[in-house]
Amino acid sequence: MSAHDLQQQQQQQQQVRDMRAADDVEEEEEEEEEEEDEQLQGEYAGDEYYGSDVSNESGTESMPWIAWFCSLGGHQYFAEVADDFVEDDFNLTGLNSIVPFYKEALEMILDLEPEEDSPKVPDVSIVEASAEQLYGLIHQRFIVTRQGLQQMADKYQAGHFGSCPRTYCQSTNVVPCGRYDLPGVETVKLYCPNCQDIYSPPSSRYHNLDGAYFGTTFAHMLFHIYPELVPNISNKIYTPAIYGFKISEYSRCGPRMQWLRNKQDPAALDASGRLIKDAKDNDEDDSK
Amino acid sequence: MLTHLLYPLPPSSLSRQVDDYTSGSDSDYTKYWIDWFLGTKGNEYFCEVDEEYILDRFNLTGLNTEVQYYSQALDLITDNLDENMDEEMRDIVEKSARHLYGLIHARFIITTHGLTKMLEKFKKCDFGRCPRVLCHNHPLLPVALSDVPYTKSVKLFCCRCEDIYNPKSTRHASIDGAYFGCSFPHMLFQVYPQLVPPKSTDRYVPRIFGFKLHDVAKQHRYQDMIREESHARIMAGIEGLPTTAATGAQTSSRDGQQNHKINKAAEGNATVATESGAMADVN
Repeated sequence: MSAHDLQQQQQQQQQVRDMRAADDVEEEEEEEEEEEDEQLQGEYAGDEYYGSDVSNESGTESMPWIAWFCSLGGHQYFAEVADDFVEDDFNLTGLNSIVPFYKEALEMILDLEPEEDSPKVPDVSIVEASAEQLYGLIHQRFIVTRQGLQQMADKYQAGHFGSCPRTYCQSTNVVPCGRYDLPGVETVKLYCPNCQDIYSPPSSRYHNLDGAYFGTTFAHMLFHIYPELVPNISNKIYTPAIYGFKISEYSRCGPRMQWLRNKQDPAALDASGRLIKDAKDNDEDDSK
Repeated sequence: MLTHLLYPLPPSSLSRQVDDYTSGSDSDYTKYWIDWFLGTKGNEYFCEVDEEYILDRFNLTGLNTEVQYYSQALDLITDNLDENMDEEMRDIVEKSARHLYGLIHARFIITTHGLTKMLEKFKKCDFGRCPRVLCHNHPLLPVALSDVPYTKSVKLFCCRCEDIYNPKSTRHASIDGAYFGCSFPHMLFQVYPQLVPPKSTDRYVPRIFGFKLHDVAKQHRYQDMIREESHARIMAGIEGLPTTAATGAQTSSRDGQQNHKINKAAEGNATVATESGAMADVN
């Protein structure tokens, strides 16, 4: 792996870290404590795992890397990618040009012993970072397959991704989603199928998770394949009022964004976005 | 409840002001109930209600029927409560005092002085930031859905997307909305209209493998149509108002109406003045 790729990788990670710093996180101390605990547990589990791998090469008592990785604090959004999906080289096409130390990272994910004649890796933490990125990118591809969608649909129904912060969405479940498919651009966001908008995850533990690990397609593919998962919540728009009197549209600070939450049943709209019954009325007017 | 242990009550004979002057060496502010209350975890949304406001009985009209042990609760808030009270009773009064403070708070924050205090907190982002990605972390303001106590918990209003959100933390989510009132954020923006951010027409576009979804695109065209209609309506309405804006606004609104008719037949997002443009014209 060339030094250039490594540099790029580090830059990308730096970007993700910067993004994390930019998100002005206002967490409750309690939540942070809880997080720290979980992270400590995760790290501890990791040490234990790697430790046992060194001492006991059969590794029977340790978890597979994928299961371990998904159990870490802050990785609750991930589905466990099936081994045969990772093992099929076709599914990994092109990833070797994105991920540094691709071969070593793949070996780590699949719990394979490194080949003896393989070049020395400068630091195991670099491979760990590569393995995380590689896993994330494989994950992006896996969750749009039939098997992956099924797993994520189960996680969605179990509420693993949290709920929509918008009051009128009545805490409906959300799904993780990225705005970019390339790693290192933006962190993960949450897509609400009711208001069809995206939100930042409430907990800071997800503010360093790359959106590319979920991809732009997955959230919409999920609701396309499982339309029954789309919540049926009555469409309500917040109306600002002072002492019970609505604020006039003509006021300088009157409502201007009501259109944003105005949702119509797609079946009631024609292709140009008009309500079909309105369109009919207009046609009748024209014919007169 | 350990509340009575957390702050030492001042001697019953001394009022707050007197205490201030007599015990110069003792500058422990937690002895004041309000300071203690504001410093307690989960009460970050509250601002300090002026003592003069609380002491003016006119401002408290009707609250005596709302709050149990009203006079004791009021004494506690103003640090005049008799020390010799049994613990059980004190807990009850403590609870009432918090409720009373919340209700006074709701009235206070829509006064001129209250608004400036809340404005400071808004600028410091004490109420958190909008979770919506396209609002780019815009600060929020607390708002209620009902002015009646014990009905709905507090919500957070984002003036950028004009929508309301649930607080992130469960501690804040359990605060009664009536302690802030339905009117507060809108009153704030009526008084400080320069704080209203420019409205953006940005919206999240779902895509599968880079392709827009037909159903969603239809809805977006419908939303664009609604937006143009309301824009045209606002511009036409301003024309009709006695305080007509500059002539530029009139012409642009006529253009807007014509465009609107054309767009109704054709597709939506051709030449639409942005909402921020509309606002600038209004002013």
